[in-house]
Amino acid sequence: MSVQTFTPREFHRQAHDALGNPQIRANFRKAMDGLMNKRRDSFGDWDLETLRELGANIRLRALAKLPDLLEQLEANCEANGIKVHWAEDGEQACRIIREICQSHDARSVIKGKSMVSEEMHLNAHLEEAGIEALESDLGEYLVQLNEQTPSHIIMPAIHLNTDEISDIMHDKTGTERTRDVDYMTAAARQQLRERFMAADVGVSGVNFAVAETGTLCLVENEGNGRMTTTVPPVHVAVTGIEKVVEHLRDVPPLYALLTRSATGQHVTTYFNMISSPRKEGEHDGPSEVHLVLVDSGRSRIYQDDELLDTLRCIRCGACMNHCPVYTRVGGHTYGTTYPGPIGSILSPHLMGLEDTKDLPTASSLCGACGEVCPVKIPIPDLLVRLRRESVGEGRGNVAGAGVKRTRKEAAAWKGFQWMATHPSAWRAGTAVAGKLRALTPSKLGAWTDYRTAPKPAGTTLHALVKRHQANKTREEER
Amino acid sequence: MTPVKLYPPKPEKVYFFGTCLVDLFYPEAGLDAIRLLEREGIEVLFPEDQTCCGQPAYTSGYQQEARAVAAAQLGLFPEPWPIVVPSGSCGGMMRTHYPQLFAGTDLEEQANEVAGRIHELTEFLVHVCHLKLEDRGEPEKVAMHTSCSARREMGLAETGPALLAQLGQVEVVEQARAAECCGFGGTFAVRHPEVSAAMVEDKTTAIAEAGAQRFVTSDCGCMMNIGGRFEQQKKPVKGEHIASYLWRRTS
Repeated sequence: MSVQTFTPREFHRQAHDALGNPQIRANFRKAMDGLMNKRRDSFGDWDLETLRELGANIRLRALAKLPDLLEQLEANCEANGIKVHWAEDGEQACRIIREICQSHDARSVIKGKSMVSEEMHLNAHLEEAGIEALESDLGEYLVQLNEQTPSHIIMPAIHLNTDEISDIMHDKTGTERTRDVDYMTAAARQQLRERFMAADVGVSGVNFAVAETGTLCLVENEGNGRMTTTVPPVHVAVTGIEKVVEHLRDVPPLYALLTRSATGQHVTTYFNMISSPRKEGEHDGPSEVHLVLVDSGRSRIYQDDELLDTLRCIRCGACMNHCPVYTRVGGHTYGTTYPGPIGSILSPHLMGLEDTKDLPTASSLCGACGEVCPVKIPIPDLLVRLRRESVGEGRGNVAGAGVKRTRKEAAAWKGFQWMATHPSAWRAGTAVAGKLRALTPSKLGAWTDYRTAPKPAGTTLHALVKRHQANKTREEER
Repeated sequence: MTPVKLYPPKPEKVYFFGTCLVDLFYPEAGLDAIRLLEREGIEVLFPEDQTCCGQPAYTSGYQQEARAVAAAQLGLFPEPWPIVVPSGSCGGMMRTHYPQLFAGTDLEEQANEVAGRIHELTEFLVHVCHLKLEDRGEPEKVAMHTSCSARREMGLAETGPALLAQLGQVEVVEQARAAECCGFGGTFAVRHPEVSAAMVEDKTTAIAEAGAQRFVTSDCGCMMNIGGRFEQQKKPVKGEHIASYLWRRTS
């Protein structure tokens, strides 16, 4: 399999390629159908609306107090013996982690799943410094073996099917070609076990950082998260600044929403709560724990009271599982760390609109994402907001605002405005369109590649209503 | 949170906002909707100066242009009668986005007031008119396509099917993934034609595989998209606006 690189600038070409790839189409359709069903079944007869309202309120409260909570988190982590670092951007975060590694003469890092580390390209940064970074989440491991990036934030290798995985494992690790999933899982487990024992540093993400207790919560299914955070002598947790919650009691509702929304699980196999390095008399655990808090554009999002809602996200992936666009083009097409609807409202802030201008339009605004979001992020409204920013009619506080505005399109919308605000011109225009319907082109750009061209009716509704009313008056007079 | 909507008793008059797609491409659907309302003893007022709700500009990000177009509609409904719209998409625009569009402007109060009177046609027929239908048509299998705006923005997944269920000779077939978008999405179909095409392809396949002879919808955008795809494939499945379908079978 050749190595492909993806960029949001090439969304259209990448979408074209994905749509023409029956394997990608089938893999995603099957996986997304399964995930949608599992989610629906797992909520069963729960009062989902009330729970989503609760989840949204917990996140809103945390965001409302974000600066204070971050300080509280830092103080409580430090009191627990966790060293806290602040990084303005991904580069600084990479540097901090690299320096921690270097201070321990680390040659090998084992990683639990962390989208923030993907966002900041941590692996590449460490490798450049001669430090090997190995992914230990099974999906991430496969993606790394295949020299790819994750195609989904929860299931990084969802674009691969069993046969493809068998080929990758065979080519890169020498396992037998097989369709036996248990065999492959056992082989990967064996390969990873050795690496866990040899790793100098473990790097993990964080699902919830609890301010009042200084606790880092990590949600996972494979046990690799627990291994990453307990086996190597040093653990570095890295997370975006928005992941903080105020109270420990805020965690259960969010956890219940997260696992059900993501994979339809009532609970995950592992739920880790990390609150300190190894204490005296304890038998295991790292001797050092670090927390790296990454901003990377998030505090800029925070400044805008509407865009702020983007930061509620708990990274469940339900929006992509339910997105008819994501389901068809897959995750790589977006060319961003975070694909799908959440990616389309988050990536412009992380990368600027210049590179990501096609993402906010890559939605039919069907609303499925907003409907399933466990913390009720108004994703469709935020997509429209970013479309406004793209054409220079927003508040101008997203990098690259106005990049999509062209004189031609702006003039077309001004023309539409003029027609639609001059009713007699509108009536005359639509009436003429009806009269000239025979002249309507049968080719209308891309629309007619797949559909027939709509033809104006011979008469407008305005005219029909007039005739209808005249008929009625005549009947009444009779 | 969507507030629980309290429906008014059946009024003496209503305003009818036809929408630009109906005006230009499907005027019969608009007239049939008016006939259905009149048959319930309601006088239908059709403000002549209506044009478009402004949604195309709004979803394209052209906020000022959308606001100007929307503002031109706000004054067309001076009396307190309900405003009936034969589209979940335009109805959703007027009900949920007008208040956002005019928030903090001089027209805020008027926009909120107008938004509060917006009813999608099937919603109005079911919840306000308590419409009773007597089917006079031939036996037929149809698929109902509820638009995403009607389903999710306006919360009206049930009203279209409820009306069709009253037609004794009509069997409404179950389609795979009925709640999934058909791929129209206004300018989405133009900006991302290939993705949109993949979506409408799946939608037409699902409708055809369900054994429907016809599909019925309350949104002309979806009808143009799904119907246009069927027509291009030279498949016999035809689309019809629910207003026309109901009127045709019961008059």
